[in-house]
Amino acid sequence: MTKFTDHLGRPVVAVTGIGVVTSLGVGKKDNWQALTAGKSGIHPITRFPVDHLNTRIAGTVDFLASSPKGASALTYELAETAAEEAVAEAGLAIDDFGGPLFLASPPVELDWHDRLALYKNGGDKPAPERLLEVARNLNSLEMFDSSQFATIADRLADRFGATGLPVTLSTACASGATAIQLGVEAIRRGEARRALSIGADGSATAEALIRFSLLSALSTSNDAPEKASKPFSKDRDGFVLAEGSAALVLESLEAATARGATVLGIIRGCGEKADDFHRTRSKPDGSPAIAAVRAALADAGLGEDGIDYVNAHGTSTPENDKMEHLSLSTVFGEHINRIPVSSNKSMIGHTLSAAGAIEAAFSIMTMREGVIPPTINYDNPDPAITFDVVPNVKREAEVRTVLSNSFGFGGQNTCLVMAREPV
Amino acid sequence: MSARDVVITGIGLVSSLGEGADAHWQKLSAPGPEPVMDGERFAPYTIHPLPGIDWSRQIAKRGDQRQMETWQRLGTYVAGLALADAGIRDNEELCATMDMVVAAGGGERDVAVDSDILAASEQRDDFDVLLNEKLTTELRPTLFLAQLSNLLAGNISIVHKVTGSSRTFMGEEGAGISAIETAAARIRSGQSTHMLVGGAFQTEHPDMLLGYELAGYLHRGDWKPVWQRQGAEGGGVVSGSGGAFLVLESREHAEKRGQRIYATLGPVSCGRARRDKGELDSAITRLLDATDLPANGFLTISGASGAHKATETEKAAFDAKDNVALRAFSTLTGHLKEAQFPFAVALAALAVSNRASYPAFEANEKPFEGPLKSVLATTIGYHHFEGMALVSALD
Repeated sequence: MTKFTDHLGRPVVAVTGIGVVTSLGVGKKDNWQALTAGKSGIHPITRFPVDHLNTRIAGTVDFLASSPKGASALTYELAETAAEEAVAEAGLAIDDFGGPLFLASPPVELDWHDRLALYKNGGDKPAPERLLEVARNLNSLEMFDSSQFATIADRLADRFGATGLPVTLSTACASGATAIQLGVEAIRRGEARRALSIGADGSATAEALIRFSLLSALSTSNDAPEKASKPFSKDRDGFVLAEGSAALVLESLEAATARGATVLGIIRGCGEKADDFHRTRSKPDGSPAIAAVRAALADAGLGEDGIDYVNAHGTSTPENDKMEHLSLSTVFGEHINRIPVSSNKSMIGHTLSAAGAIEAAFSIMTMREGVIPPTINYDNPDPAITFDVVPNVKREAEVRTVLSNSFGFGGQNTCLVMAREPV
Repeated sequence: MSARDVVITGIGLVSSLGEGADAHWQKLSAPGPEPVMDGERFAPYTIHPLPGIDWSRQIAKRGDQRQMETWQRLGTYVAGLALADAGIRDNEELCATMDMVVAAGGGERDVAVDSDILAASEQRDDFDVLLNEKLTTELRPTLFLAQLSNLLAGNISIVHKVTGSSRTFMGEEGAGISAIETAAARIRSGQSTHMLVGGAFQTEHPDMLLGYELAGYLHRGDWKPVWQRQGAEGGGVVSGSGGAFLVLESREHAEKRGQRIYATLGPVSCGRARRDKGELDSAITRLLDATDLPANGFLTISGASGAHKATETEKAAFDAKDNVALRAFSTLTGHLKEAQFPFAVALAALAVSNRASYPAFEANEKPFEGPLKSVLATTIGYHHFEGMALVSALD
């Protein structure tokens, strides 16, 4: 008989539906094919002019109807597309989900083109007054909606019939993992039988690129875009900004079993720990990331020998990869030498608010398919990082458990432990 | 009564009325409180401005202060007030194990840079190139972090060493409602023992007004109290700068360390009425029904924004009940957006712990002489989302 509670007596949380969109394509099938073929989704930016920009490449999603329509519209479509796939796979009614929604999405701002349109329609006054004067006479809520932080989740809740007040959250680059954690916690508390956790990010605007660029966070390997994201390499020079989304239908194992749903995987543990060292840098001893990994293992009821594969945060910035190596080596000790550690970001770039959700989705597929996606562009290994990074070529392997790391600006560290089977 | 009851042990408040829980109680419990307003800086809009604040009282390092724009500085400051009030500030062990949920919007953009770009656009027809040119040369590199939503929580970690966990919820008033709802649920279920939860809003920036005015939500013309704005020029919202943070603990955790308890916090009822389908009225009734309300009348600290439709609907729902007195604090503080619900809960906790009502905040509010064992806190969002919770005296 299947056991429906975990080592702490809480409901086991299963994944019964997954949807994914990245620069590699729409849906699990296309993404998995490209990911295991070691294909890069990074390309020259065509969405906006790149004059004056140091970084002219990105992993933008250019093939959706909303791709040219601004961050808010694209983020919505990314979330909706992923959720449609996930809910359909779970075998639930597309418009009657019947559980809460947790959305990880980027902070919204009025699009520059909207700002310009307001300005151009105003009289001869300083810009701030002019914008306000035009704004109050608008006959449409379109701009207003795109400037409200709650809009995307509100629309998704309508579209999928989510219950309650939908939560929109940001823990920077850990957001996607936090969305899953919130869903897991709601189910463990018994508040919900199922939850829809989505990470979506369609915010690769010129200004977003410039902001990260000014912080020296981005790769400037413009000449060979597909080679730019090179986690764990000696010559890594920053992350590649990217877009994408993933949705996971989370369900108590008991409810999933009762309705005969296919269980794709188990979210076994979540751990987090905030860093108080610096706004963008981690504490030099790696203690917060270490604590987050340990918290996730403890929550999952696993020891240092319990993880078969690490889906790394692996951003390809000098700082992150070094710190991730330090933390994982510290936690796993000598075990780390036999644990494959690969970075999906080598192919899809850094999808920011969506990353944790996308990488959780890929982690579950890794277990189901028995194939570990590679870290591509590993041509010039950093000798200080001794991981088995699954270099350049996918690897067949039996993977029963995965640790997925997500670390973000503002001292955010969130780790998920996933398993192929319930205990 | 249970060891995992959620109790409020720390309150941090800042508004145009001043700073601190006690200062707010003193001002608001005295008859005829007067709002502090500025009708000129952002005319035709009135705002309730920040009071004078000596930032270094809660943010010791000048370097830290410089890394934040006013909104983050304000939130970090208010969080410090709450931690100090709960006797947790500077307690390394309690801060390191404390969980945090912050309700956040976005921070302040650089008005000068934005205005410069718009002005330059009049001479150019290649706006996107202009944008790149100006943003790459004029943006201060650290401004991004100083305005980023989750960096309010990030700064609270850095300045106050709250590092158990850190989550940021976004989404106007709903963010504040969900933040308190989740924080309380985590304590009630044993997922956390002590939490810092709240938010801040800094309205003194044209973009913050624009966030309302793109749908015409702001009140214009002569200032009026919240319940008297129907039919006046504009949309009814007068915004304010301020913030509210609470320290929530399990009863057991608070009692074990001998901490003063203001009140207990009941479950938060919240939802998402489809207002375009006219559901708000029934949704408010449903939230009231889901709350264990006192039978013989109660005081309600209302987070009503003044937004015509939402405010009118909230008023009608409460007017239909006997012996309920509303106190719309936004008459005095202005609308505090993400901080609205935390502020309402804080004022409810102060009334309960002082066993005294607030006098009417405006002529239209009924006096209240009834029992103060439990006080209701509500927030009906100006555009969407709504929530309420009952705050009760310790048994």
